[in-house]
Formats: sequence, structure tokens, C-alpha cells
Amino acid sequence: MIDVTSPTFWPQLIQVLLEGTWETLYMVGIAMVITTIVGLPLGIVLVGTERGRFLEAPFGSRRLGQAINAVLGFVVNLGRSVPFIVLMIALIPFTRLLLGSFIGTGPAIVPLTIVAIPFFVRVVEIAVREVDPGLFEAAESLGASRWLLVRRVLLPQATPAILLGAATTVTSIINFSAMVGVVGGGGLGNVALTYGMQRYSWLHIVGVVIILFVLVQLIQWAFTLLAKRAGIEPAKRRRVAAAETGVEPVKA
Amino acid sequence: MISIEHVSRRFGDGPDAVVALDDVSIQVARGQIFGVVGQSGAGKSTLLRTVNALERPDSGRVVVDGVEVTALTGQALRTERHRIGMVFQHFNLVGNRTVAQNVELALEATGTAKKDRRPKALEMLDLVGLAHKADDKPAQLSGGQRQRVGIARALASGPDVLLSDEATSALDPETTRQILDLIQRLSRELGLTVLLITHEMDVVKRICDAAALMEDGRVIEQGTLEQLITTPHSRVAAELFPVGEAHGIPGHRIVDVTYAGLSADRPVIAQLSRDFGLDVSILGAALETIGGVQAGRTRLAIPGDETTSRRVIDRLGDHGVTAWEVDPATTGTIATSASASTSASTSTTKAEVPA
Ligand SMILES: Nc1ncnc2c1ncn2[C@@H]1O[C@H](COP(=O)(O)OP(=O)(O)OP(=O)(O)O)[C@@H](O)[C@H]1O
Ligand SMILES: [Mg+2]
Repeated sequence: MIDVTSPTFWPQLIQVLLEGTWETLYMVGIAMVITTIVGLPLGIVLVGTERGRFLEAPFGSRRLGQAINAVLGFVVNLGRSVPFIVLMIALIPFTRLLLGSFIGTGPAIVPLTIVAIPFFVRVVEIAVREVDPGLFEAAESLGASRWLLVRRVLLPQATPAILLGAATTVTSIINFSAMVGVVGGGGLGNVALTYGMQRYSWLHIVGVVIILFVLVQLIQWAFTLLAKRAGIEPAKRRRVAAAETGVEPVKA
Repeated sequence: MISIEHVSRRFGDGPDAVVALDDVSIQVARGQIFGVVGQSGAGKSTLLRTVNALERPDSGRVVVDGVEVTALTGQALRTERHRIGMVFQHFNLVGNRTVAQNVELALEATGTAKKDRRPKALEMLDLVGLAHKADDKPAQLSGGQRQRVGIARALASGPDVLLSDEATSALDPETTRQILDLIQRLSRELGLTVLLITHEMDVVKRICDAAALMEDGRVIEQGTLEQLITTPHSRVAAELFPVGEAHGIPGHRIVDVTYAGLSADRPVIAQLSRDFGLDVSILGAALETIGGVQAGRTRLAIPGDETTSRRVIDRLGDHGVTAWEVDPATTGTIATSASASTSASTSTTKAEVPA
């Protein structure tokens, strides 16, 4: 049982929470970095290899484009449809093979990344699909290479939507990171489990909830700010402005 | 300069297939401004897009300045595209990059060194009169200004050919005029060959040297404006000079007279009345400045029979004036638009009236 009058209780509580927060940030941060590095190109390739898109025939082969598209589509859908708890358990042998152990904060990153990638690929896919096809056409007419097209047209245009989607992705990684605590991962999930459930310390639970709430709010706020910085599309900006001022947007 | 040879393109298969281009051949001379007109769905955009290989024809070939574009792929095609600029109806500017950055994209595509890109982009913007907007975002510009950016971007790589797909269709009449004048000026200054698509006859009238009319994927007429004007039953000419319906007058024959250039000044019709002692009445007339040349068309009613009208037409021919007889029966007297226009189109193919 807990004893709030004990002189060691509060310092311990704070230390446990800080450690848990740090572990959570560490797991989620690294998982998100890897997710971005892997998911961003995959999302672009997934849309690009569709019929009539800029990557429909990589290395001049439409067959290859179709194959890449089909395989990617399948893997992403599979990844998205497996429940996290099942994925996490299924990945234990793989994680052990990769890192020698499946217990702890480090190994927890593996399932978190694997679950986040398909999610993020979907985010990128939607963002890329929203880019005006006329822009691809314009870039093509300029004789731009695919790489230039991706860097100078596709990414600038898709970035705001990707950032907004990334906020949702991070939030769900945080979500899943709590679950990882159950199978020996660290972080705030583990704090809630060991102190809250096994030692009945509701104060720990409250602490975890508050920290998670603040974290999610901060992330949402930061990514929204970044997305705005990256430039919302003019049409959307007009809509936003209209919503704020109550004036209908004027057609350009 | 641009040679489109027997190009065909169909979309889809089986009964739903759309033949967008059906054995289309068009020749555009160097330095010419060539307009393609036609109804929506006639295949104009598809045709234009074969010139820079955004669209691949099923058969036929496209040659631009001796290079067979239809045979190019990969880097060779990209390099060729640097020589063919394109502007779009909806401008297609990258919204969250500045005006200068939009132009710089074209320079980056050609491999221009980083430090040279901005000065060159500013030079291009200056050419279209927008250097002062270099650091604005496209959303801060008017439609006409955006199209200027589109033109600057298209010309940044120093192309010989400019393709324009309805570049002025989203603009108001005054802005349209400014953009057309800009295109014309640049074409003169830079020696550009321009292939443009439009559904507005005014565009053709204002800047084109030559034109083609497309219908259902086929080219119905093509030639320089002067040739088209003096071609009997030319539909392009009829649209350039709307003289109205040909109403039949009992005992009269209806003759269309067209003149371009000098002959417009000659009092041909007055002389006609004197020579033949005929009471010629004018049913309609249109006078336009086309390609900087005065040109006109007059619809006459000539009393008498076919022999009289034949003699009149021959005499006009002696004066260097093209004239031909119009059959009032086929051009229709009831001006209900749909039926009138279909019957008019049959008349152009059926009526074999000697010119
Ligand atoms: N990618 C495509 N897939 C299927 N059909 C197409 C495609 N592009 C064009 N078409 C069809 O080909 C025909 C010609 O189209 P095109 O866009 O060339 O016409 P257009 O003359 O430019 O018309 P508009 O004046 O409306 O722009 C149309 O029937 C159109 O539906
Ligand atoms: Mg079109």
C-alpha cells in the first residue's frame, strides 16, 4: 500500500514519473524517426507507382512499377490490420534475433516502429494524393527529373498534410508505447502497471495520465504550428480565413 | 518547326473507347503562332500534349526542330523538354513556394548552377514585368500575374517552342488581351514558335498566323489565316467573320466575298454593280484586323440565276477577290441554333460550288 506521509514518497513518485517520461520520449522519438525515414519514401513510392503517376515505370519497366505497388499495398494493409498486441507478441522472436533481448526500452522500439510505419505510409499516401496533378504535369513539362519533382514539388506541397498526419502518428505511438510496458518495455505504461496496478497507487496513475495528456497536447500544438509554417495551400488558407472572419471566400 | 504526322490516340478499349486523335497532321512553321480551335472534347489538349510527350500517341510521330520527340525517353526526353515550354489554363504554380522559386524550378531542371538561378529567374520575371513580385507567393497574385509567372517559368530554359493549353481561358477579357500581347511580343523577340489551344476565336483573331480546326479528333481545316479566310466555306473564316444566316431571297443568288490585305480597300462591289448593271444588295458584312491585316467578308444577294452568279464570281476572281456561292437551303433560314449549326456543317462538305 502507499503511504503519502512517508518522507520518501513524493521524491520517489517524481523520480519514477520523470524516468518513465524520459523512457517514453526515448522510445517514441526513435520509433518516430525510423518511421519517418522508412515510411516517407514508401508512401511516395506507393502512390507514385500507381498507373499514370510519375513512378509508374521505374527503370522504364511498368511491370516493376505494378509489382512494387502491389507488394507495398499488401504489406501496408497487412500491417494495419494486425492488432498491436498480436503484432507485439509475434515480433518477440524477431526482436530477440535483432537485439538479443525483447525486454526493456530499447527492444520495445521494434514493435512500435513496425506498427507505426504502415500508419504513417497511409498518412503520406493521402498527403501525396492531394497534391494537384497539374503540378506534376508542369514539372514534367519542364523536363524535371523525378528526384527534382519529389524534392521541389511533391514534398513542399505535401509537407503540411504530412506534418498534421505525423502528429496523429506520434500520438498513436505514445498510445502503443504504454501497451509495450505490459511485456517488459519501460516508459509511463510500465509505471502505471507496476505502481498503479500492482501497488494500488492512484497518484501514480494520475501522474501518468496528466503527463500523457500534456505530451499529446504539446505534440499536437507543435506539429500544427510546423504545418502552418510549411504553408497551408492557398485554397485552404482562404477557407480558414473565411471561417475566422465569417466572410465567404472569393473565387480567384 | 513542329511537325505532327498522322498521330492517333485512343483512350480505353472496346465499345467505350474514345478516339481522341484520329490521324492528325499539323505543320507549324518556325516563328509562327499557330492556334488550334475546336469544341470541348475535340482532342486539342491531347494533341498539344503529344508535342512534349506528356501524352504518347498510339501511332504517328511528332518532330520538333528535326528531333523526333515521340521516339525519346528518359534523359533525352527531359533535355528535349527544356526546349519546349508549356503554359497551362490553371497556371500550375507550386503554391507554397515563391514566384522566383517557381521559376527557379525550371532552371534547376536544366542543371543551372545554384548561384545563377536566382539572377536568371529575376531576369525572366523582368521579361514578363513581374520582377517586383519575385518574393510573393502565387496566392498573392492576380490570375493574369500568375499566368505571367507561368510564362516566365516556361521560358526560363530558353525554349524554341511554347505550348499553351487555354492559357487565357481562366482570365477576364482585358487580362486575356494583355497575356496574348505578351505572348506575341515574346514570340517576336525570342523567335518562339507558339502552338496554342483555345476555344475563343478572338484569340486566333488577335495573335495567330495560322490555325487548325479540330472536330472529333480530326483536323477539319488548317492553314494560315489568310488562306483560311479565302477558302470557300471555311468554318474558321465563318467564325472569324460572322455575317449571319444566309436568308434565301426569291430570284436571288447568295454569294460570299472575302478579301484580305490590299483588296479590302478596293471598291469591288460598287464596280460590280456598274459592270453588270446589277442591283447587288449587301446582306451582311464583317471587317476585322487579322494578323495585322485588314480582312473582311461580305454576303451579297445577286439578282438572277446561277449563270449570273457564276459570272460575278469569275469577275471577282479576276480582281483577286475570292467569292463563292452559298446555298441558302443548306445554311438554313430558321435560326434555331442547334439545327442551324448541324445543317451548316453539312453544307461545308456537300455544297460543291465553284469558286
Ligand atoms: N487520360 C484520358 N483518359 C481517358 N480519356 C481521355 C483522357 N484524356 C482525354 N480523354 C478523352 O479524349 C477526348 C479528347 O480530350 P481532350 O482533352 O484532348 O479534348 P479538348 O479538345 O482539349 O477539350 P477541352 O476543350 O474540353 O479541353 C475526350 O473525349 C476526353 O474525354
Ligand atoms: Mg483541353
